[in-house]
Parts: sequence; C-alpha cells; structure tokens
Amino acid sequence: MAVYTTNEIRGGMKVMIDNDPCVILDNVFVKPGKGQAFNRIKYRNLKSGRVVERTYKSGDSIEAADVVDVDATYLYSDGDHWHFMTKESYEQYVMDSKDLADAKQWLKEQSDCLLTLFNNSPLAVTAPNFVILQIVETDPGVRGDTSGGGGKPAKLETGAVVRVPLFVQQGETIKVDTRTGEYVSRVKE
Amino acid sequence: MISIQHEVERQEVMWKPTATLENLRQRANLIAKIRQFFAERDVLEVETPVMSHSTVTDPYVVGIPALFSAMGETQERVLYLQTSPEYAMKRLLAAGSGSIYQINKAFRQGEIGIYHNPEFSILEWYRPGFDHHALMSEMDDLLQLILKTPPAERLSYAELFERQLGFNPHYATPDVLAACAKQQKIVISSPVVERDVWLDLLWTHCIEPVVGQERPIFLYDFPASQAALAKVRDEEPAVASRFEVYFKGIELANGFHELQDAKEQASRFNKDLAYRARHGLAERPIDQRFLAALEYGLPDCSGVALGIDRLMLLALNCERVSEVLSFAFEVA
Repeated sequence: MAVYTTNEIRGGMKVMIDNDPCVILDNVFVKPGKGQAFNRIKYRNLKSGRVVERTYKSGDSIEAADVVDVDATYLYSDGDHWHFMTKESYEQYVMDSKDLADAKQWLKEQSDCLLTLFNNSPLAVTAPNFVILQIVETDPGVRGDTSGGGGKPAKLETGAVVRVPLFVQQGETIKVDTRTGEYVSRVKE
Repeated sequence: MISIQHEVERQEVMWKPTATLENLRQRANLIAKIRQFFAERDVLEVETPVMSHSTVTDPYVVGIPALFSAMGETQERVLYLQTSPEYAMKRLLAAGSGSIYQINKAFRQGEIGIYHNPEFSILEWYRPGFDHHALMSEMDDLLQLILKTPPAERLSYAELFERQLGFNPHYATPDVLAACAKQQKIVISSPVVERDVWLDLLWTHCIEPVVGQERPIFLYDFPASQAALAKVRDEEPAVASRFEVYFKGIELANGFHELQDAKEQASRFNKDLAYRARHGLAERPIDQRFLAALEYGLPDCSGVALGIDRLMLLALNCERVSEVLSFAFEVA
C-alpha cells in the first residue's frame, strides 16, 4: 500500500487513519527552533463525516486510502437499496438507503452523480452542484407578486423541500443549488 | 492561434516575486536600520562561510549537504550548507574579534511551512562580557526599534509553563506530561517516549500559539536537557542559561550565555551522536575546528540568532514568510 510522509500530505489527499478512509483538510508544520518538529493534520473521516485534528512527528508516514471519485448514473431504488452504474465501465453498485445522506433528496432516476468508492465499495454519493426538478406541491402565490421577496416552501418530485419565490407555481420546473439547497431559477421546458 | 497558446503556457510558469516590491523596499530599510544599530554600538560586521566541511550534530537541526570537487578531481566531497554561523563566529571570538554580528543565509533540511523557508536569513550577534539577561536587554532595544513595540515581557520557562498549564515542567514526569496533552485534547499518533518531546509537544500546541500577543516575550532558563550550546547552572533544578523570544505566537530568536568548556561541549556532541545512532539518523562529523577554538579559549560571552524573515513578517504585518521573501522556496 502506498504511504505519504507528513511533509507530502496536502489538502484533498485521501488517507487511512484508524482504519477509516479520511480526506485531508489542512496540514500545519510546527517546530521549536531546537526541538522536535510536528505536523498538525486536520481531516474529515469519510465514514462519519467528523472533522478531527491529529499530531504526527514530522517525517512519519500515513497510509494512502484507496478512495476514488467516479462519474455515475443513479438507476433506480427498490426502497432500501439504491442502484448506480458508473459511466465509464458500466459497473453497477448498490448502496443502502441510510448511507446516502444528503444526496438522496436531489437524485431522480437517470440523474448524474459522483460515486466515491473505497476499496471498490461505494462510500458516498454526491449530487451534481445544480439539479433541475419539478415542483409537485406548493401553495398558490399571490397574483401579481413578482418581487421575489418572502418566498414559500415547495416540495420537489424527489421529496426535497426548498424555498421558492411566491410567483413560482406548482408543476413548474426549477434549478436548485444542491450545496446550499437554494432555489436558483425557473427552467422553461 | 499559436501565439495565444504560447502565452497561455507562459502564464502557468510562476516567475514573479512572492513579496510585493513595497515589502522588499521596507525590508531593505529595516535591514539598513539593523546595521546602523550595531554600528552605533561598535559591533563589527563579519562574514563567515555558508558552506562548511562540518555541520551540527543536533538531532533536530539538519544541515543540507552540498557536493564539491576541485577541477580534475573525480571524487566529490560532501560539504554542508550552514544551519547557523555559530561555530565560525565563536572561532572569531576565540581569535579575539570582540563584539561581532552578521546577517547571512542559513539552511535547514526539511523545514518548510508558513513560518519556515528551507533557506532563510539570520541575524546573529555575540557580546563578550554579557550574560543572557544583558543580551536580552540589548535585543529588546532592537525589537522596539524595528517592531515599534513596547518593552518586552520576561518570564522563566518554568513560570510560563505554570501560568499556561499549571505545573512545573522541570519536575513533571513523562506520564504527567502525557496526561496534560490528553487533557488539552492533543491526539498524537506517533510514539513519544522522551520527556523533552512531550515538552516540545505541549510547547508547540498550547504555549507557543498564545504567548506574546501584545508585546514580545523573552523566556529564559530552559531545562538543562535542552541546553544546546548554553552554560548550565548547577542550581536546584539545574537550568540552562538559554533564552528564546516570541511575538504574536512566532518564535523569533534563540540565545545563550555561551558554553566555554571544550570538554563539556565535546560530551554534548557525543550525546547527540549517540541519540542519532539510537534513532537511525545519519552520523555527522564533529566540528573539530570549533572544539579546538574552545580549547584555546572562548571569552565569556552571550550570543543570539534571530530569524530576519520572521522579524520582517511581524514588522510588515504579513501572514507567511513568503510575503517578505523575493522568491520563496516554491519559486526559487
């Protein structure tokens, strides 16, 4: 297995810490002029999502994690399991519904997504930054209101609920930023 | 089309200075002020070799090798870029130079970070007849001149540990230090055995980042185990006549009331070499010329080395040393 020494570690690298795959967020070198040097490494555990800081003596090594992000298509769900297929190799992967976290509310069948594989098993799914979805339920807006002020909740075809301006109606299709969960614009069919 | 493509490729090559030209002008002004400070005090400016046949034995300070061969010689000789001009300057003192200072480049293997550039500028000076407290006072004058700060605070190493962490570091066992690290929520993944490494861990994580926020702070009388090249005073507990200076959480300088005893110096070098052997670190040649100078006789003196780049960073309110270097390591 490949290893990185503390001075090679950069933000974005995927490593194994305590047998869990983690992504490096920050690496700070500290050293008393006449003493032992350390690297203070901040990382996110990719399984739990927790952000943790750890210190290593400079020059120590950390095992690289076999973690890759691949473009995939969400195929369908049978309730408990979600099925995906990678775009390049047409390999299919299955994930438990409970492991999908936030991405679940943005994906409809045949949507593009990013599949994170750890030792060739799916670890996480990331929705595209922007998705286009239809509104299935929202209160009728006040006639003539085009200011965009205020807003109201709207339920989308995937089940997600976002705030939309009052003039946006049930049945319309909208663009949403999945990173913030915010309405971006109406999309004309 | 071809010319546009060419321009795009050119833009990707980082050739510009990492410091602004304004910072470089300010840097030049401040260095002129430093030279004037020493000229007014009759301290002689000297230059010593940057490349030397020997280097330090210190396990935590590592010289960068340089290869030399005379014309026609097939064998390359291993020399070292200096980690500081200390040994050469002490040879000048032993030869009777009197007070001396120098501003030059030093090199340290592996040290790179927001406050570390592998090649850096050092200001080092020596004052015969000064103890470490007298030298701290002189350095305080220089800091007030360059940083426009009020007079510095002064605390012993033990007093600072007691203030920040609530115990006396001279008597704490490795177990006590490990428990304190745990209580401070430091998670260390590497094995730590030595007491001094625990002290360094607590120092870098809990003390260094918070000290000297309003004005510089001088810390003195380090544990005897961290004496380096300082005299050790046989008190209870034994402490080294060594000091460091911090400002806004950044280590600026390290000074000693200099060890004069050649035998003691040789024994410290041998201890370093034994430590290196135990930990699988490269062997280093002992600087016999330096030891010979100590045997001849080093006058009673104190000396200090100050990181010029960090001093500039603080004087110019920058965040990283690259902002005060014409070309930081990445683009050097």
